[in-house]
Amino acid sequence: MTKDITAEQIWDFLEDVKDPEVPVLTVVDLGVVREVNKQKNGRWQILITPTYSGCPAMQVIEEDIKERLQKEELEVDVKLVLSPAWTTDWLSEEGKRKLEEYGIAPPQDEVDKSVLFGDKTIVPCPLCKSKNTKMVSQFGSTACKAHYKCNDCLEPFDYFKCLK
Amino acid sequence: MTKQEALFEYLLRRADDTLILGHRLSEWCGHGPILEEDIALTNLALDLVGQATELYQYAAKVEDKGRDEDDLAFLRLEREYKNVLLVEQTNGDFGKTIVRQFLFDHFQILLYERLMESKDEQIAAIAAKSIKEVKYHLKHSSEWVIRLGDGTEESHNRVQESVTDLSRFIDELFYQDEVDELLIKEGVACDTSEFRSTYDANIKAVLDEATLSLPKEKWQLDGGRKGIHSEHLGYLLAELQYVQRTHPGMEW
Repeated sequence: MTKDITAEQIWDFLEDVKDPEVPVLTVVDLGVVREVNKQKNGRWQILITPTYSGCPAMQVIEEDIKERLQKEELEVDVKLVLSPAWTTDWLSEEGKRKLEEYGIAPPQDEVDKSVLFGDKTIVPCPLCKSKNTKMVSQFGSTACKAHYKCNDCLEPFDYFKCLK
Repeated sequence: MTKQEALFEYLLRRADDTLILGHRLSEWCGHGPILEEDIALTNLALDLVGQATELYQYAAKVEDKGRDEDDLAFLRLEREYKNVLLVEQTNGDFGKTIVRQFLFDHFQILLYERLMESKDEQIAAIAAKSIKEVKYHLKHSSEWVIRLGDGTEESHNRVQESVTDLSRFIDELFYQDEVDELLIKEGVACDTSEFRSTYDANIKAVLDEATLSLPKEKWQLDGGRKGIHSEHLGYLLAELQYVQRTHPGMEW
């Protein structure tokens, strides 16, 4: 049974599906859900894209999407697409705000990574807002985060790093 | 050789490079010199194994014989792996792991830059996705090469020894044969000889900064692309394949 339902309603339902690693963000905030389409056979198709190639959350996200829509008695196909490649530009403004509230610094505009050693990005501390922070490691607790430390309040924090 | 056979072989070579290097890096898990580097190396491993998954999935589809990405990753014999010799070399000390990564990252970024323009849409998509990750890898390995090379006498000597040792495997990165020729004509693959001089200049710039140098003599090894490996790959595969060989089809 396919209920009479619109793509907008499906997008709304997807707002309930959280990123398993960053539970403050929905998969819509994160920009992981790319499209919601009705296929010729009448079934809905959700296109998702990974943040990083090896992101272990993708399978969970796929299952969570199906589970959420099953509650609405909707059987959907979830398809993984690689192109166009995900970028932190797709993170919604709402998502960035939620990240900061949660204690993760949102991505800042950065210089091109291929320019070695030119990186002078300032990442403000999400807790005390100081700009006097230091990168501890470019690689953090998940593939999408770097590890920072605030020189003023001394708190270590995660930075959702820029991917362009 | 048909285009399909060439494409399958080409994808396996790319996938095996990333899987084997990713596996090597994963061996550092719990053994990194400092916590941040333990995490960094396993992050790199995750990216590379992720890229391997995408490449194997596509290779399996191209082959069309009912195999999937796991069959390709876990259930082939040593001679069927087509990775370059560089990536299977043992980790050694942290400096050697960094030099191996450095030599590979600089190659991979130039390769992906060109494969983004491939006429094969799936290859172009994988390259466009992966290159964003490789930019971080390249920055990480290059910065460490400088820090270690231009560090203490001990770190300089050790990392110079690794540069000398691993430089034997540089030419093989650019290896090309009939597989590449066929796919270059089709606009699917890129000609690696076109960016060899850029590669040489890029690694030299970092090595100079690091007060390190490549050895003068040019004795080079190859064989990986034809499945002829160094003694190290067999041991690596024994560990990589153990679970699937012992408990076929096991999932968790």
